[in-house]
Amino acid sequence: MFSKLHKKAEKNSILLLVFVLITISIGGLVEIVPLFFINNTIEKVEGMRPYTPLEQMGRNIYIREGCYGCHSQMIRPFRDETERYGHYSLAAESMYDHPFQWGSKRTGPDLARVGGKYSDEWHREHLINPRTYVPESIMPAYPFLAKKELKADDIEEHLKALRAVGVPYTDEQIANAKQDLLAQTMPDSAEAEFLIKRYGNKVPVANFDNNEEKLTEMDALIAYLQMLGTLVDFQTYKPMPR
Amino acid sequence: MNSTTPAYNNDIVKMFTVAAIFWGLVGFIAGLVLALQLTFPELNLGLEFTTFGRLRPIHTSAVIFAFGGCVLLGTSFHVVQRTCKATLFGGKGLANFVFWGYQVFIVLAAAGYVLGVTQGREYAEPEWFVDLWLTVVWVAYLVIFAGTLIKRNQPHIYVANWFYLAFIVTIAMLHIVNNLAVPVSFVGAKSYSAFSGVQDALIQWWYGHNAVGFFLTAGFLAIMYYFIPKQANRPVYSYRISVIHFWSIVFLYIWAGPHHLHYTALPDWAQTLGMTFSLILWMPSWGGMINGIMTLSGAWDKLRTDPVLRFMIVSVSFYGMSTFEGPLMSIKTVNALSHYTDWTVGHVHSGALGWVAFISFGALYYLVPNLWERSRLYSIKLVSYHFWISTIGIVLYICSMWMAGILQGLMWRAYNEYGALQYSFIETVSELHIYYAIRAFGGFLFVVGAFIMAYNLAKTIQGELRDEVNELDMDEKAKLEEAKQAKAA
Repeated sequence: MFSKLHKKAEKNSILLLVFVLITISIGGLVEIVPLFFINNTIEKVEGMRPYTPLEQMGRNIYIREGCYGCHSQMIRPFRDETERYGHYSLAAESMYDHPFQWGSKRTGPDLARVGGKYSDEWHREHLINPRTYVPESIMPAYPFLAKKELKADDIEEHLKALRAVGVPYTDEQIANAKQDLLAQTMPDSAEAEFLIKRYGNKVPVANFDNNEEKLTEMDALIAYLQMLGTLVDFQTYKPMPR
Repeated sequence: MNSTTPAYNNDIVKMFTVAAIFWGLVGFIAGLVLALQLTFPELNLGLEFTTFGRLRPIHTSAVIFAFGGCVLLGTSFHVVQRTCKATLFGGKGLANFVFWGYQVFIVLAAAGYVLGVTQGREYAEPEWFVDLWLTVVWVAYLVIFAGTLIKRNQPHIYVANWFYLAFIVTIAMLHIVNNLAVPVSFVGAKSYSAFSGVQDALIQWWYGHNAVGFFLTAGFLAIMYYFIPKQANRPVYSYRISVIHFWSIVFLYIWAGPHHLHYTALPDWAQTLGMTFSLILWMPSWGGMINGIMTLSGAWDKLRTDPVLRFMIVSVSFYGMSTFEGPLMSIKTVNALSHYTDWTVGHVHSGALGWVAFISFGALYYLVPNLWERSRLYSIKLVSYHFWISTIGIVLYICSMWMAGILQGLMWRAYNEYGALQYSFIETVSELHIYYAIRAFGGFLFVVGAFIMAYNLAKTIQGELRDEVNELDMDEKAKLEEAKQAKAA
């Protein structure tokens, strides 16, 4: 039967095309579609929230610079990895990541839980020249981040686009995006309090780049790095039964 | 040529051939720069535009989509016309649109990377507006190819065309789904992926793995099925294997994506499916390899005298090796060690340099004298030099990456006598310096080889013949001698 069918397909380009289309669709449908419908694909956890405007801008810089080429954000459930980096990564922890940044290569260490591990000053100096603190490092230097002003006039549009793809930003968060963006680098200000009210008290607020004069790309990137992997409270987290 | 042969559109094949040589050099040099940056980080220059992170997609896109793409588009136009005995559907205009449209895509993508315009998806970095443009070009490509198949003057569709067709439609499907995104503004470059987290990860690696499976494998298998029989002057070894090879590859490859996500937050069932199908893939891959290599049966002596054929056959051997290594690395316990390390990089390059680039070189060496109607290449000897220099380069590359990957993987999981991790991360990095240096040297040899090819092909196009005593001619002479003796006897 197969050889008869094949003889037909060999002589009919449209039939061949249709057979190919059917054949290549099956695997993807079986593997991908259930991920959107099986409930326990993403764990129910406490603490996940959308990125603050400044963190999201920092994340965009992380993507722009291609950090994912050398850094993973996905800790595997092995003893050595959890001891080196912390609790293994949950699917829930990247639920607001458009796109995901799990990475595929560790030329540098995993960054899934780098938040809070080093001081802002360490990150600043390390990004300006990684070999200041780590002489054997082969990471590129990013001195320009500290000089470049963060371009985020359209921050509201960014949050709106993210809401369109499923991130649950509220109207209030979108309306105040510009203010929140600045507020995250102004500790002890009234604006910072509003920011915390809107995004929770785990939001790191600091003058990340130690430059009072302008909001730089360095501010945004460090704000992002300092919150990575800090949202889920693993003291209360219980893995689901398999 | 007989009177029934239509006037093929050779210009389009010539254009893609020249573009492939050019982009090959660009992509290989970019790879060498990256290898040197990993060895000597000062070479990142501290500038925004020259960091490893921004240059890496230039390398990957230039070799896969620019070099590999131009080889695939060019050879497919060559093959489909000849095996269908028909000129390209859509005429010169549509073909030229596909050529220039594709070049615009490459330049737009590359310019974006340097400026930091990227989606942050591996091998799918171009932003939404570049993706839309590529979609238009790709549809035009499909129209030409399928249209030519439909108007063919041959009863059967030749096997190479099945592979080209599967490559074209699968890439279209993967490209469209994986790049679904919402732009921030229609006048800006930035967009956000339609998917997030775990779903995004699987869609991306469904795309990523099948970019390997259909762009770098199915497409180049089409080249194998046309150019090896041509160069060896033998029919394909087994028609039956071709049929099994084709349908099993096309069906099975799609499932293998999740093996890029072993032990991640992707559900276990999906990981297991990915691993299972990757293991099954080993068999049809080797079936295809056997089909390619056995095409030489009865003509093995040509391997000694024809360095172009040597490129092709060694490439199929590399195909066999990396399609064995791939399933091996998809086994979860092996992947636990290899993932995130340079072993993966080595694996990719044994496939990319050994298989994809070598079969492309073979096809280019076949095409240039054929298209420009030269009696032979400018120099057969230079092909031989190219072959050996590149092969040594590849061996240095993959061996150094095996050692670097396995070493680092073992160091990450090493514990000392007190039950604590033995090495800090940076210790596992500085250990790799020497292997990175060897890799860069291997890459340098590969670049040298590519320049020898470019020189040889340029001279061939100019119509020059190097005055040399080469293996092929010696073979001819021996045959003449033999014939003379036979006559005398």
